Amino acid sequence: MTGLSLSDKVTIGSALLGGAAGVAGSFAVLRRRSLVGDMLAHASLPGVCIAYAITGSRELLGLSIGALVSGLIAIGLMTLVVRWTRTKEDAAIGIMLSGFFGLGIVLLSVITRSAAAGGSAGLSSYIFGEPGNMLDSDLLTLAAVGAGVLLLVVCFYKEFKLVSFDHEFAKSQGWPTLWLDLGMMAAVALVTIIGLPIVGVILMAAMIILPGATARMWTNRFNVLLILAGIIGATTGAVGVRLSSSLPTGPTVVLTGATIFVASILFAPERGVIARVWSETRLRIRVAREHLLRSLYELNEPTLPRLTPTSFQTLLSHRYATPWMLRWLVDRSEHRGLVTLRGDQITLTPLGFRRAAEATRTHRMWEIYMMEFAGSAPDHVDRSADAVEHLLPESLLVELEDRLAREGRLPAIATEVPASPHEVNTEGNTS
Amino acid sequence: MAHALIIASTFSDLWNPNGLWIVATAAATNCACALVGCYLVLRRMSLMGDALSHAVLPGLAVAFILSGAYDIGPLMIGAVAAGLLSTFLIQTLHQYARVPSDASMGVVFTGLFALGVVLIKKGIPPGVHFDIACVYQGTLELTPFDTVSLLGHEVPRAFAVTAGVFLLNAAIIGALWKEFKLSAFDPALATTMGFSASLLHYLLMALVAITAVASFEAVGSILVVAMLIIPPATAHLLSDRLAPMVLISLLVAIAAAILGYILGTLLNTNLAGMITVAAAGLFGLAVLFAPQHGVVSALARNLSVSLRVVREDLLAMLYRIEELGSPRRLAAAEASAAVGGGWLARLGLGGLVREGSVTRTGNRLDLTPAGREAARQLVRSHRLWETYLVKHLGLPLDHVHEPAHRVEHFIGDQMREQLQQELDAANKDPHGREIPE
Repeated sequence: MTGLSLSDKVTIGSALLGGAAGVAGSFAVLRRRSLVGDMLAHASLPGVCIAYAITGSRELLGLSIGALVSGLIAIGLMTLVVRWTRTKEDAAIGIMLSGFFGLGIVLLSVITRSAAAGGSAGLSSYIFGEPGNMLDSDLLTLAAVGAGVLLLVVCFYKEFKLVSFDHEFAKSQGWPTLWLDLGMMAAVALVTIIGLPIVGVILMAAMIILPGATARMWTNRFNVLLILAGIIGATTGAVGVRLSSSLPTGPTVVLTGATIFVASILFAPERGVIARVWSETRLRIRVAREHLLRSLYELNEPTLPRLTPTSFQTLLSHRYATPWMLRWLVDRSEHRGLVTLRGDQITLTPLGFRRAAEATRTHRMWEIYMMEFAGSAPDHVDRSADAVEHLLPESLLVELEDRLAREGRLPAIATEVPASPHEVNTEGNTS
Repeated sequence: MAHALIIASTFSDLWNPNGLWIVATAAATNCACALVGCYLVLRRMSLMGDALSHAVLPGLAVAFILSGAYDIGPLMIGAVAAGLLSTFLIQTLHQYARVPSDASMGVVFTGLFALGVVLIKKGIPPGVHFDIACVYQGTLELTPFDTVSLLGHEVPRAFAVTAGVFLLNAAIIGALWKEFKLSAFDPALATTMGFSASLLHYLLMALVAITAVASFEAVGSILVVAMLIIPPATAHLLSDRLAPMVLISLLVAIAAAILGYILGTLLNTNLAGMITVAAAGLFGLAVLFAPQHGVVSALARNLSVSLRVVREDLLAMLYRIEELGSPRRLAAAEASAAVGGGWLARLGLGGLVREGSVTRTGNRLDLTPAGREAARQLVRSHRLWETYLVKHLGLPLDHVHEPAHRVEHFIGDQMREQLQQELDAANKDPHGREIPE
């Protein structure tokens, strides 16, 4: 009918399935119902067997209707068990999943025994997936399902968005959340069941979850998420099929999706692991630099305004750090023009002095605040100030300054650093 | 596979030595799973059982490829490694990449399963017996024919392995009973008390992985998943304490093995599937008929409360009509309709007549002295509550009837007394009607 080669048909079919699964699966991921797809996939087996026993053919449409019915029965029973008994949702999902699948295996063994050899071979493709024999009609069914899912999303875009992100709010606003939930789950069910013969029971769950979870790493916006999930799903399907020349298709498709997922986990901006580790490291370095500058300020404090060189050893004993860390920090600070390094002697530059005074000032302001307004003991404030001083917003500092100035607690010149409210230990470790 | 063996479906053939060994193997497997499953269900991590039993596949494949033989030792090591790795991945994805916990579970186990399938297809030469279908359905029917010698007796290898794993599980859980118990119910408290909940979590996951692998060959992954979840969930419906729950789950596991074997043999179908169905059936029975948490007993409780409410509403209504001083009395049908009608109202009215609170002469209902006394207390509760709502909560007059109507059935003597004191012995309700003594 379409005149496409089989491998093209399989590729297009997988891409269609991946796209539809990605869009529908995004709802499941956002609603924390990822494993419902897994349950549906397992629970469809008895329906497939019964439909086969009734119709006697393994046409996709008939079997899919059977699968859908038994999947919906499983969802219904699960909901009732959760609502009526103390059995929790996770256990209920597991019970329906394994109970229905067990029933399916029983029925399958009955059918296998009664059917002539080979007659029921197509049924086991429901468990393991067998995309090799994609028919034109299968392609049309997949396209129709994809279009149906898209239509559903377009029609209920606003409603689905609200229910996905803030279910309780949607409820309180009077939306029919039960029906919207059911609509989203119906989309998931439809895609799952159509996809079963292509990727198999277990791996269908991956097709549902992976694109949505991957897209979630890249964006916080619902519309972008849906489009991305669709694209990622379709890409996964198409690329996976193309890669699977000598490998089993279903697992290859899933592994392709998993690779994209892992890459996203690592490299996504903002949410990705590397981006997060990088920004965390930068924060740590800034904190360490500020601590270094404050230590230098405190060591210089007795002789101010004259700036005296400090030896590396003194600095090391003043503030706990591993020698190489400290050495590296001093080097970086010299690079930034904050200190000069002559042999083993470290001297603050005027710029460095200014920054050091700022850091010390913030630290002590917070210490005073903690003692005055939060009633902390003097020997407790140093540490808590250490942790928080780097993150205090400037507006808060100004407010604090105003407050202290009004009470006459600030030195006459507002830019000067107030005296430390507790004894400053210049010999040993202070932090 | 299931049908290599043809078992005649007569009852005497059911209990031959091979059949007994099959039941014993299934029961040992089920018990081993149910034992660790109790903690999964209690910690609401039932689906970790599902996830792990799939995720161990690549570990099995790698162990099989490396050792080149079907040997239980390397397979166990591979499975435990894969199990711990997937537990770690699931937690890490959740904690550090902020993937929702269900999605991270789904991603990890499907990904590892896919990897396992590819490894098996590529790494294991054709002809070597490593059938993925067996991973699903197992070969319970064939277990009696592969025996090892144990203490001078020939026992099926599968039985020896699963019974061994059951004993291992029992020993570890028995030794760490207190710790597991606390971490099942309150992991945070367990950690603050000095035994790391996450260490126990990994230990439990290792046990689940070992159990899953030991059970694979005999019963298949689907029965493993079922047995990790269904018997404990059934027992949880039947018991509120951990020790009885564990015992009941073991009994359910054994019952499912026996029941599934009988049904599966008589119907000549896949035994592992039938045992799963049997276990699900037992769970269904517990859902319906569990004495405390079952649907039927909950319905009975609800029904008895509804019935009491209807009867009390009827009494209070008759009292109010008497109070108006009119000679007119309600007919039975009118009274029923006024409290919602239907069989519940008729049942309630019938009960009142039988117990002698109401007399029914022709079509006219009258309170007996006993009924009038009971009704007076109800109306008193109602009006005291209305007064209280107006006086202390400042609700408007037209908003107090409905809540009082609901709550009047649950106000006892003591509370009436308290209300009376709070209200300084008021004798008129906010609508100006008298509060009966």
